[in-house]
Amino acid sequence: MQAELLFAFYIFMLAAFLGFQVISKVPPLLHTPLMSATNAISGISLVGSLVAAGAHYNPVSTTLGFIAVTAATINVVGGFMITDRMLKMFKKKEGKKS
Amino acid sequence: MSGTLIQLTYFIASACFILGLKDLGSPETARRGNFFAAAGMFLAIVGTLVHQDIVSYEWIIIGMIIGSAIGGAMAVFMPMTAMPERIALSHAFGGLAAAFVGISEYYRHGAEMELLKTVPVGFEVIFGALTFTGSLMAFGKLSGYITQVPVTYKFQNQSNISLFGLALALYIAWLFTPGYPILFYIMLGLAFLIGVLMVLPIGGADMPVIICLLNSYAGLAASATGFVLSNNILIIAGALDGASGFILSIMMSKAMNRSFANVLFGAFGSVAETAPGAAAASVGGSVNEGTIDDAVTVLRNAQRVIVVPGYGMAVSQAQHALRELADLLDSDGVTVKYAIHPVAGRMPGHMNVLLAEANVPYDHIFDLEDINEEFSKTDAVIVIGANDVVNPAAKTNPSSPIYGMPVLNVEEARTVIVLKRSMSAGFAGIDNELFVLPNTMMVFGDAKQTVTKMVQALKN
Repeated sequence: MQAELLFAFYIFMLAAFLGFQVISKVPPLLHTPLMSATNAISGISLVGSLVAAGAHYNPVSTTLGFIAVTAATINVVGGFMITDRMLKMFKKKEGKKS
Repeated sequence: MSGTLIQLTYFIASACFILGLKDLGSPETARRGNFFAAAGMFLAIVGTLVHQDIVSYEWIIIGMIIGSAIGGAMAVFMPMTAMPERIALSHAFGGLAAAFVGISEYYRHGAEMELLKTVPVGFEVIFGALTFTGSLMAFGKLSGYITQVPVTYKFQNQSNISLFGLALALYIAWLFTPGYPILFYIMLGLAFLIGVLMVLPIGGADMPVIICLLNSYAGLAASATGFVLSNNILIIAGALDGASGFILSIMMSKAMNRSFANVLFGAFGSVAETAPGAAAASVGGSVNEGTIDDAVTVLRNAQRVIVVPGYGMAVSQAQHALRELADLLDSDGVTVKYAIHPVAGRMPGHMNVLLAEANVPYDHIFDLEDINEEFSKTDAVIVIGANDVVNPAAKTNPSSPIYGMPVLNVEEARTVIVLKRSMSAGFAGIDNELFVLPNTMMVFGDAKQTVTKMVQALKN
């Protein structure tokens, strides 16, 4: 059990450092889409709520899990869709129209 | 067997998330990156559905249908100007989901929970709950349901810190006596309350910092969920989200010249409190008011023009008219660039999204440090709905509350055209001496209408 916890901390630390490195390279131009995409990614808590909602541990857990599934799905579906909608608009100078 | 399969999908999904974030670093690859991340998410969800503990799917399916409908509708119909509100709302949902998973875990195991689990559960529930209410408050403020003026009262910081200390004490007490749910639920209630109180003193212009901070909290809560459920992908995704929010809040606080401690403890309201007395006396002199035609004459005679947008542009939705103006100037051979201050608007990158919506090519848009040298070689600057980020007092007046904050050196240009609704002070309540400089021309009125009239005048 101790080893498992330590292992989890390793993963957390490595992911945090990696995230720090990768994300500091994102230019301010893309900060809003970045925020929107990381938000969708953190909707991964959906996988935790799926188990709570579907496992029938007890009615309270099921209810809480159901609400959590709904909330997390809003983030996942909405987050990725709106990020794509935003990113579609970012264009380099196109051929002159007029 | 299903366990191995789940772990395998999580493993691939983690790689997808990281690759996706890496691709988000450049506008050419960003869409692909977003797609990668979405594909990873899809895989992880499908993988989880075969989890051995899941015995029935009805609530899962109903929840996912409702969630997809709401999320999809929001993604399709929400106008780009409402982006800060949407982001705040999604932090709220993220916090709520994390908090509820935590409560559900505790409810299920109760007193039998080991310390290895109670530590992260408490963390998850506290951060999830305060992210939920804090983000709802931020949403309310951004959409105008709650006043954007900072709400302050005596001993506010002291009482907030005491409440937080109390929640922490309850948390520790509960760790030693997990059989007393009362401790847990009071702690939960306090966390909800703290979220509200934390955002109450935040004013509109400080929103970028608080939004980033809540982003970080939502990520940390998700990561804690991973520790509770011994689920690596939750730990990884949460850590990525937490790191992203953390970096952005450091960037935002630097751009506002706030210390990092100031950000961590969320005491943003203080600047607004000290503002009025400090700088009120510094500005004297007469305002040089110009008409639409005066402004157009200046632009006609210019070779190089820089546009500086601020929150006012978002409010009046002037970005499309602005783009039209820039196109006209461009066809006359005038170089038009856009200068974006990191905290312009209500969240990081807010202005970039609006300009992108109006089809402004992103290679015309420059960050503060890349363009600040160029103002001295510029014929005309159009300041549209920005105030504090172009206030020269940040460089010249040590008694100003924003002294030391990096600002755009617009006053170095030959002529500065300021589009503004009225002479009222900016958010921080600080007078702006830019408005009375001899090379500044003030054009009063709604930004969108003013720009539209300028376009018409330029066409004639």
